[in-house]
Amino acid sequence: MSRKIGDVILDLQNISLRFGGVKALTDISFDIREHEVRAIIGPNGAGKSSMLNVINGVYHPQEGKIFYRGAERKKMEPHMAASTGIARTFQNIALFKGMSVLDNIMTGRTLKMKSNMLLQAMWFGPAQKEELAHRRKVEEIIDFLEIQHIRKTPVGRLPYGLQKRVDLGRALAMEPQILLLDEPMAGMNVEEKQDMCRFILDVNDQFGTTIVLIEHDMGVVMDISDRVVVLDYGKKIGDGLPDEVRSSPEVIKAYLGAGH
Amino acid sequence: MLYRENGQFKTTYAADQQIFTIAQDKWFVLGIVAFAFLAVPMLADEYMFRAILIPFLILSLAALGVNLLVGYCGQITLGAGAFMAVGAYAAYNFLIRIDGMPLIGALLLGGLTSAGMGILFGIPSLRVRGLYLAVATLAAQFFCDWAFLRIKWFTNDSSSGSVSVSDLSVFGWVIDSPAEKYLFCLGFIVVFAVIAKNMTRATIGRQWMAIRDMDVAAEVIGIRPMYAKLSAFAVSSFFVGVAGALWGFVHLGSWEPAAFSVDRSFQLLFMVIIGGLGSILGSFVGAAFIVILPIFLNQFLPALGGLLGLHISTAAVSHAELIIFGSLIVFFLIVEPHGLARLWAIAKEKLRLWPFPH
Ligand SMILES: Nc1ncnc2c1ncn2[C@@H]1O[C@H](COP(=O)(O)OP(=O)(O)O)[C@@H](O)[C@H]1O
Ligand SMILES: [Mg+2]
Repeated sequence: MSRKIGDVILDLQNISLRFGGVKALTDISFDIREHEVRAIIGPNGAGKSSMLNVINGVYHPQEGKIFYRGAERKKMEPHMAASTGIARTFQNIALFKGMSVLDNIMTGRTLKMKSNMLLQAMWFGPAQKEELAHRRKVEEIIDFLEIQHIRKTPVGRLPYGLQKRVDLGRALAMEPQILLLDEPMAGMNVEEKQDMCRFILDVNDQFGTTIVLIEHDMGVVMDISDRVVVLDYGKKIGDGLPDEVRSSPEVIKAYLGAGH
Repeated sequence: MLYRENGQFKTTYAADQQIFTIAQDKWFVLGIVAFAFLAVPMLADEYMFRAILIPFLILSLAALGVNLLVGYCGQITLGAGAFMAVGAYAAYNFLIRIDGMPLIGALLLGGLTSAGMGILFGIPSLRVRGLYLAVATLAAQFFCDWAFLRIKWFTNDSSSGSVSVSDLSVFGWVIDSPAEKYLFCLGFIVVFAVIAKNMTRATIGRQWMAIRDMDVAAEVIGIRPMYAKLSAFAVSSFFVGVAGALWGFVHLGSWEPAAFSVDRSFQLLFMVIIGGLGSILGSFVGAAFIVILPIFLNQFLPALGGLLGLHISTAAVSHAELIIFGSLIVFFLIVEPHGLARLWAIAKEKLRLWPFPH
């Protein structure tokens, strides 16, 4: 790979998150470097999705600090996290069911579209130009993901694998700095997984996007990630290069031993 | 000519983003608009204008407004009648209190006032949804019913709360015959329909639909829920407010608060459910259906009864009306939430493939 891993872009320090009595995350610290593929693994219920929700402002941890590009981040709402360049896909596909593939991906451009509502109502001048410019960008993403043939299809009618791809497309349309992927390959067959791996690596390689990936398939994780964090019952039990993590006795006991 | 897009290749994204991507659709709608402007004024009689066409046009405009909020943004409202009332009374006050206020100016200012009220009563939508939001918008309804009945300033101190507007004119065009009133309303509805279409295909419309379909995901990609929801309330209430002002000024001429009661709110909601949530066409279909059905039943049921040797009373007709509305609403809510417009779309899709469905 030609890309070069950069400095720490996101630094999570001593994050704890509780839901009532449930401790979803306990005192977790790790960092993410620019341009890397950072995997988060762990059994179901370990707190992986919660971790992503903390990063993009859906959940607010009771304790801990988050540094983004060296500056401490205040408590923020998801749309603010989005405006700082953090995008994500969802474990349970969260597409806009009533809209076409094209419109779903176009929503990813929302933050970049500035023309005011009156101009939009008139479909006039700058508003129309802007719409076309963003349409062009979205078509590039559609080409990249090889979904030209379904661009006008309502997403609800698509098979699962393609929906996952559209979900990725919508996140890519934000041109994010950090892309959080929550089990992008869950429930896919081998061929679909290969396609998805290829897209993720291409995004990382071509656009330099930093990627945080939750994935259960150990083969995939070992293949495409630069560093791996292991969570278990909301605690961090491993962190390092894929090979180091794989040979750590604690990780083997908690995770790899348990039927995986 | 067959109905299909074969051979109509789009070579630019601009062409692909037209309102009608299939040429036949475009000519069909342009044909209808031309017919409505040119032929209808010569064909219809006074009864047609007063009882059917004018109410249909104005209620279509209101239904369109309700549809933007309920169908496109997924926020329920039971207060549409109140926003019609705000539009009507505000327009009335602008007209009588400001010297030289032009008619169209008053109507639009009425709409703007209603938009402001819409934002105010839309604030609860930032915290609650579904049933709770329905109750909050119902509160708007009762508040307005009360305010226009009790606060005499709004009704220019008229004792009964009834107000009237006469001598409508625009740039020297005196609007007094039913045909002229019809044309005036038609002009409004065409402009507003184009605006609605433009908004729903632009980023604001996508933001509304995103909030409707999956609000957490919408927020995560950078949509501000407050902006999306309140803008939907504002635009929707603007449409509904202008419709209310037209209803008072053009259709009724003189009116009292009861003209915009909670019954009207429900009627507008039924229109968009039957016509089709999230469909511009559906708003028209729903309005047509609800305006025409009672008239049709009034003519048809007694005639049918006559054939069978039965006497059908007016009470029975109005019961039949309620039964038909009720069952249709249940049907559409359960079986086809996208209403008559969706049934039409399915038919078109079949037609596009006909005669080779595979
Ligand atoms: N919104 C929530 N409310 C209550 N509990 C939650 C919520 N989200 C996650 N949890 C709990 O946090 C723990 C971690 O969940 P999650 O982050 O989804 O795990 P993973 O993605 O690793 O499978 C689970 O016990 C889950 O029940
Ligand atoms: Mg999860």
